[in-house]
Amino acid sequence: MAPASGISLDPWFDNYADRASGLSASEVRALFAVASRPEVVSLAGGMPFVAALPVDKVQQSLARVMENSGHAALQYGSGQGLPALREHIIDVMALEGIRAGVDDVVVTTGSQQALDLVSKLFINPGDVILAESPSYVGAMGVFSSYQASVEHVAMDDEGMIPHALEERITSLRAAGKTIKFVYLIPNFQNPAGVTLSATRRLEILDIAHHHGVLIVEDNPYGLLWFDQPPPAAIRSVDDAGVIYLGSFSKTFAPGFRVGWVVAPHGIREKLVLASEAAILSPSSFSQMVLSDYFEHQDWRAQIDTFRGLYRERRDTMAEALKAHLPAISHTMPTGGFYLWLSLPEELNSKEMLPRAITELVAYTPGTAFFANGEGRSNIRLAFCYPEPAFITEGVRRLSRVIAEELELAATFGPRTTDVQASSRGDGPPPDVA
Amino acid sequence: MARQPRVVVLAGGISHERDISLRSGRRVTDGLHGHGIDATLRDPDASLIEFLRDEPVDVVWPVLHGASGEDGALRGLLEMLAIPFVGSSAEATRLAWNKPVAKTIVSRAGVATPASITLSRDAFRELGAESVLATVAETLGMPLIVKPAHGGSAQGVTWVDSTDNLRQAMVHAFTYSDSALIESRIIGAELCVTIIDTGEGPKAIQPVEIEPLSGHYDFEARYTAGATRFYTPPRLDDKISATTTAQALTAHDALGLRHLSRIDFMVDEAGTPWFLEASTMPGLTETSSTALALDAAGYDVGGVYAAVVNSLID
Repeated sequence: MAPASGISLDPWFDNYADRASGLSASEVRALFAVASRPEVVSLAGGMPFVAALPVDKVQQSLARVMENSGHAALQYGSGQGLPALREHIIDVMALEGIRAGVDDVVVTTGSQQALDLVSKLFINPGDVILAESPSYVGAMGVFSSYQASVEHVAMDDEGMIPHALEERITSLRAAGKTIKFVYLIPNFQNPAGVTLSATRRLEILDIAHHHGVLIVEDNPYGLLWFDQPPPAAIRSVDDAGVIYLGSFSKTFAPGFRVGWVVAPHGIREKLVLASEAAILSPSSFSQMVLSDYFEHQDWRAQIDTFRGLYRERRDTMAEALKAHLPAISHTMPTGGFYLWLSLPEELNSKEMLPRAITELVAYTPGTAFFANGEGRSNIRLAFCYPEPAFITEGVRRLSRVIAEELELAATFGPRTTDVQASSRGDGPPPDVA
Repeated sequence: MARQPRVVVLAGGISHERDISLRSGRRVTDGLHGHGIDATLRDPDASLIEFLRDEPVDVVWPVLHGASGEDGALRGLLEMLAIPFVGSSAEATRLAWNKPVAKTIVSRAGVATPASITLSRDAFRELGAESVLATVAETLGMPLIVKPAHGGSAQGVTWVDSTDNLRQAMVHAFTYSDSALIESRIIGAELCVTIIDTGEGPKAIQPVEIEPLSGHYDFEARYTAGATRFYTPPRLDDKISATTTAQALTAHDALGLRHLSRIDFMVDEAGTPWFLEASTMPGLTETSSTALALDAAGYDVGGVYAAVVNSLID
């Protein structure tokens, strides 16, 4: 006999913390399951093309680590991370103009953990985080989980607009809000693909200094430029007011789950303690293999390989868009993984995803990259993973989807509201290409 | 020594319900393993037919939702290959999968079903949206529910309370299917009746009453554990439950279903059960009402799956 209150398949459903609200099944997320099928051209996820890595050389590093330091690789490590790897991280960051010491670096389980740690240290419920418009879905998920309010700041082809930032800080402060940091992805931004200009980097830094607001600079794509390097990292001109996040996930391989954070001294000490509380230590095994690889292999040449490969794919996607969707405007990234499309206003990219799945093409709806429900007429397309021929085919299929949707809009009028409930689940899971 | 029977559980596919299907398929496979049956989970792809031709497969269990699992196509091929499979025939599946057709068949068998109209995209192209929707809203009244003519998991479904959101509901449904069912929404209790047949004739399991906390049994309510409360027996008069159960068996028979089905009803305030739809391969995930119904009724869920398979082997 069932209890009078009925049967709940999760008896702890009423016990969850407020920060767990929104962690529910999502119709949109379920659709991404189809993207893993070979029939589907997925332009949705941000998976790097790891097939371009020399697996034999990674194997050599694995073998050397296990032969020379096997026990250490299988043991707990330092909460701050392996010193030898931190030395290599210093070299990597030097390519973007950052001067830092080994003690300045905290190794994390991907830069996603760094985002979580920074959020844990700074965010109280109701605090405001300022982010580009649009911004990285994974970061907003973290900020939301700490019950922050994400406020978007307008951006254009040169990145976040400084005077918009200034106005937003002023108005939020006037409204009694507490702003904890400005979150920026200055290079080949996810999802918009744009790069913050050198001038604006300095202007934004000045504004942040003036208002006493911390900057969190997230830079997973900076080394993946196509024609010329992006401007120097913001951290390169300020080591007191900037927390810098780096990652090997895009320039090497996400399977190692290794990222890092560089922060002013006081923050860094707390980050180490917070990281130890969360995970004790990042993976010794991953760090040692990566460290060996950087020691013995020409990793700069590997990044060059990735650059050439992604540039070709960007070009292919841009050509396909010109051929199949000539009326659709999009950004033209000079590095990274993503193009950002602006569809006609009457379309809703989230609502039309099921049709795209039927047509065997996947993308990420623009709504995933906004905390406020915007982005309905935007799409993020990733060119990093599919081979060029598939990119062309994917765009061709997308053009059919858009044509069908335009016809529906002509019959029924524009999609004015989201029928599907908004949730945190509009982005693809990490294992979707 | 006789070879152990070999079962292939098909799950996944490229339908919108792939994720649900995979979860159901894993549960079925685990259940069969727990009863000593050699079951393998397989995602149907271009190599499937060759595999089925070449390998000694005794039973196929297509735990596939949406096309081609529920439109009868795959089952038709299995019939051609003369491979026994769990679930309804290709013909029955094809009829039940089409919600408007299923409503017609079940209605003719004497079971009440809500007033509705089925409209294709082409109809709107020809006749225009405004006058068609105005006529529908005026005739059927509010509230309504709009569904794609095919498919499950409440994908593409909208609960409509005013003519203002009827247009958007149509667009939502047409994103999943070229044909949409607009149905009068019955206010009352939502009941699901699972029917099993392990070789001794169809047997209805005690109905499960569904109470989604959000008010609508949508995708989120279906697949977020805890977002829906289930009552079995339902919080209804025993006679009403018994009537609903009998109507479920009538629908199951009228549609020619076999082995396993789930028949969904709304029971109005007067106690009348209204047939909504039939699922020829209900979801069997950890949040599905079918598994819950079997468990609550005292069945070993894996044992039921094994009995269904064994009925095809014996």
